[in-house]
Amino acid sequence: MVEFDGVGLRYGPDAEVLCDISFNLQPGSFYFLTGPSGAGKTSLLKMLYLAQRPSRGIVRLFGEDLVNMPRPRLPGFRRRIGVVFQDFRLIPHLSARDNIALPLRIAGVSEEDLSGPVGEMLSWIGLGDRADARPATLSGGEQQRVAIARAVIARPQLLVADEPTGNVDPEMAMRLLGLFEALNRLGTTVVVATHDVHLISRIENAQMMRLEKGRLADPTGALRYPPANRA
Amino acid sequence: MIIPRVPVQHRRLLPDRRLSGPTPWVIAILMMLTLLAAAAGVGLSRSANAIGSAIAGRVTVQIVTANPVTRAEQAAALRRAAAAQPFVLSARAVDREELQATMGQWFGSADGDDPVLHSLPLPALVDIDFVGEDRSGHMEQLRALVAAEAPGARIIPHAEWLGPVARLIGSLAWIAGGLVLLMTLASAAVVIMTARAALGTHFATIEMLHLIGATDRQITRLFQRRIAIDTAYGIALGSVVAAAILLLIGWQWAGITSGLAATASLGPTGWALLLALPLLAIALAALTARQTLLAALKKIL
Ligand SMILES: Nc1ncnc2c1ncn2[C@@H]1O[C@H](COP(=O)(O)OP(=O)(O)OP(=O)(O)O)[C@@H](O)[C@H]1O
Ligand SMILES: [Mg+2]
Repeated sequence: MVEFDGVGLRYGPDAEVLCDISFNLQPGSFYFLTGPSGAGKTSLLKMLYLAQRPSRGIVRLFGEDLVNMPRPRLPGFRRRIGVVFQDFRLIPHLSARDNIALPLRIAGVSEEDLSGPVGEMLSWIGLGDRADARPATLSGGEQQRVAIARAVIARPQLLVADEPTGNVDPEMAMRLLGLFEALNRLGTTVVVATHDVHLISRIENAQMMRLEKGRLADPTGALRYPPANRA
Repeated sequence: MIIPRVPVQHRRLLPDRRLSGPTPWVIAILMMLTLLAAAAGVGLSRSANAIGSAIAGRVTVQIVTANPVTRAEQAAALRRAAAAQPFVLSARAVDREELQATMGQWFGSADGDDPVLHSLPLPALVDIDFVGEDRSGHMEQLRALVAAEAPGARIIPHAEWLGPVARLIGSLAWIAGGLVLLMTLASAAVVIMTARAALGTHFATIEMLHLIGATDRQITRLFQRRIAIDTAYGIALGSVVAAAILLLIGWQWAGITSGLAATASLGPTGWALLLALPLLAIALAALTARQTLLAALKKIL
C-alpha cells in the first residue's frame, strides 16, 4: 500500500528533519502516528499525501514509485487519498457544503450524484443546519468536522489525518474516530497523527508508529517487515 | 479555449470581485491607445502611398525662354512631341490663366486682374506623367526631347519636393506601427502580472485544490476564465472609446474634405484591421494568462 525505504527529508540546507524512515503500511490497517511536537509527524504525513517529495530514499504508493513520478500523474493519486490537515485549510469563501463537495466536483461527479452524499455527510457531522455557513462563522470544532467530512467524502483508499481531534470535545472526538473506524472497515487504510492517548486506546487493532527526533522507532521491525509480508 | 467553460459550482472557487482591480482599466487605456495608434498608422501609410504613387511618375518642364511667342511655341511643340512618346502617359501644357490664378493667390488678387501680375514674365509649364515605374530611363529620354524642342528648359521631378513629405508621413506610419507593437507588449505584461498576482492571492486555494487532486488544467481554466473576462471588459471599453474618438475625428475631417472621405480614408483593410485588433487582443490575453498560469503551477508540486 505505502512503502517507505530509507527515506530522508530536509527543508533547505538544514539538517534532516526525517532520517532513515522505513515502513510498510498494510492495506486496510489502522495506524496511529505519535511523537513529541516537532518530531516530524506533519512532515512525514506530507510525503504520504504527496505534498512533499523526499530528499532521499524510496517512496512507493499503490505499488508505484512516487519519487520520480512525473507531475501530471500526481492528481490521479491524490484523488485516492483523503487528507485532514492540522490547520483544516477550508476554502474561506466557500460554504461548508461546497467545501465538503469539493473533492467530488474536482473528480467530475455530477451535481445530482453528489448532493445526496454531501447532505448525508453534513447531517452526520451535525452541521445539517449550517450547510451554507462560511468557515469563518463556524467554531474551531465545526471547522474541523467540515475538514474531516471533506477528507472522507470521496471514499479514499488512504486516509491521512493530522491531529484530527485537536479542537473537538471528547465525545465528538470519539464520534469522528468512529467514522475513521467505519471507513477502515470498508477497506480504507488510515493513518492518524495524534497526541491523544484516549483515542489510541479506543481502536483495538491499531498499530503504533512513534517518531522521535525525526527517526521512526521500530524495535520489533514489525513496521518495516509486517507479519503478512514476512513469509 | 479563449474563455474556458467552467462549471458554475467551480467558478465559486474564486471569490467574485469583478472589475475591482486595476487590470480592466489599464487594459482599457492600452487598448484605446493601441487602436488610435493603429488607425493613425493605417491612415498615414495610406496617404504616404497615395502621395508616393501620385508623384512618382510626374515631372514639370519649365520653359523660361525670354521671347513670349517662342516660349509658347516651344511649349506647344514639347507637349505635342512628348505626347507622341511611348513612355509618356500624358502631357499637358498648363494654361496661362491657370498659372495666373495660382499666382494670384499669393499676390492677393484671385481673379488675376492685377496689373502687376499681368506684367509678370511667367514661365510656360508642361506637366508630363510617365508610363510605369522606370523613371531614370524615362528621364534620359525626356532630357533629350527637351534639349531638342525647348533648349534651356528645366525639368522638375515632383518627387524632388514632395518626396521628403511622403517619406516623413511614411516614417510617422512606421512609428505608429511601433507604438502598436509596444502597447501590445505592455498589455501582455499587464496580463502576466495580473495572472501572477491572482496566483499569489489565491495560493492557499490552489495548494488545497492540488492536494485534493485538481489538475493544472482545471486550475488554469478557472483563472484563465476570470482573467479573460476581466480583460475582455477592458478591451471592450477601450475599443468603444477609441471608436468614438475615431468617428469624431472622421466627422470633423469630413467637414474639411467633404463627403465621407475621412472615414473611408482608412480603407476596408484598415477598418478590418481595427476590428480584428480587439479580438486578437482578447485571444492574446487569454493565451498569455494560460501560459503564465501553467508555468507558475509547474513550480508547485
Ligand atoms: N516548511 C518547513 N520549512 C522548514 N522547516 C520545517 C518546515 N516544516 C516543518 N519544519 C521543521 O521540521 C520539524 C518537524 O516539523 P513537523 O511539523 O513535521 O512536526 P510535528 O511532529 O508535526 O509537530 P506538531 O506535533 O507540533 O505538529 C520542525 O523542527 C519544524 O521546524
Ligand atoms: Mg504537526
